[in-house]
Amino acid sequence: MTKADVTIVDYGVGNLLSVQRAFENCGATVEITSNPEIIMESNRLVLPGVGAFPKAMKALENLNLIKVIFDYGQSNKPLLAICLGMQLLMDTSNEFGLSTGLGLISGKVIAIPKVSVVGETLKIPNIGWKNLLYSDNTNSISESILKNLEYVSSVYFVHSFMVQTSNPDHQLAHISYGGNIITAVIKKGKITGCQFHPEKSGTVGLQILKNFAGQ
Amino acid sequence: MKSLRIIARLDIKGSNLIKGIHLEGLRVIGNPNEYALRYYAQGADELIFMDCVASLYGRNQIANIIKEASKNIFIPITVGGGIRTIENVREILRSGADKVAVNTAAVKNPKLISQIAHEFGSQCLVISVEAKKNSLQNWEVLIENGRERTGLDVISWVNFCVENGAGEVLLTSIDREGTRKGFETDLISAVTNTINVPVIASGGMGKIDDLIPVVNLAGADAIAIADMLHYNRTTIFEIRDFAKKSGFDVREL
Repeated sequence: MTKADVTIVDYGVGNLLSVQRAFENCGATVEITSNPEIIMESNRLVLPGVGAFPKAMKALENLNLIKVIFDYGQSNKPLLAICLGMQLLMDTSNEFGLSTGLGLISGKVIAIPKVSVVGETLKIPNIGWKNLLYSDNTNSISESILKNLEYVSSVYFVHSFMVQTSNPDHQLAHISYGGNIITAVIKKGKITGCQFHPEKSGTVGLQILKNFAGQ
Repeated sequence: MKSLRIIARLDIKGSNLIKGIHLEGLRVIGNPNEYALRYYAQGADELIFMDCVASLYGRNQIANIIKEASKNIFIPITVGGGIRTIENVREILRSGADKVAVNTAAVKNPKLISQIAHEFGSQCLVISVEAKKNSLQNWEVLIENGRERTGLDVISWVNFCVENGAGEVLLTSIDREGTRKGFETDLISAVTNTINVPVIASGGMGKIDDLIPVVNLAGADAIAIADMLHYNRTTIFEIRDFAKKSGFDVREL
């Protein structure tokens, strides 16, 4: 059997069907698996996820997937981590107490600020479409999943926690929520994470997935 | 700048898209998947599918509609109606939905709220509240698609739901639903003033201007529109354009 273009990690968390269908809409073949060997050998790996951080890490642990995803991440092959999946790339999260993440990109996961920069109460979770704002290192955009997008592109977020990378260069794009900067896309080598849901972000999201499938 | 999500609401009976007034007198509109695709193409921010009789008859045909919709539609989909157990939620999510909206089963079994939030995350759980003003001028929670009274006060009920993990509230005014008289801003603002999760205002949008008070005065984070769209009295595109010109932060298409 030929290898699928995109392999999605199934660890019982997240709407895998939507991610699969969005990639298929982009013309990519998709395999969904929790088999460590298939994951390690895959061409492009997607780590999806919704829900709570500790529960997701526990699910990966129970399936013996923590080491293989870490090793895959070190192997210089494309990895896309979506929403909670992106948060799992970090060292730690303080959602429901401090827990350890995959540590593929140095940084932490913390709660979204509850007030705006002018002191207004913010709704939590942050749900809705926000415009991507490009962080400083614009040169790398053309080599990332954000290439070929309109300058103003809205994508769909739903989250209560956010990522802070230790190295600011690892942040590729952000959004403003009540004036607070919230990380939207991170990148280190061939590892990319996005806080939003590309599979739920209309044509912009499909372009992003197409970009990933072409990496 | 106040942000606003524009959501198309599709009420379903069996395999049909339907529309009622005060959630009653249901009239068949057409094939829900055709309408869903149209609203996606027009730039809807989300879709809500509400199975209107599922809770009454215990049916769950809606999974097939969602499976079909999620083949070509790449925006968030919320499904409500007849969801009673964790297994029901799992089935609906596996069909392609992103969130479930729960009303009757949560009232009958309030533990279901924290169970769903714990199992699938708060982002997945929309509490659907059907509110009707009672003789004491309070809003009362109705269940079974507006057919049955509960004696529960809307304000204390939404607080309970949010404390137990609901990530969003879909607030339907029975008194306004299908009447085209505008949103019930008193109700919406009573709820947005008491909780800190996003509130979707539903019921009564009769003209595009109706969105201004429900956002500016009542603090709604999203509006759910059915009648205006189904009867082709406007398009999502026109609504978004108007919202943008009115100074709201809306999705760029």
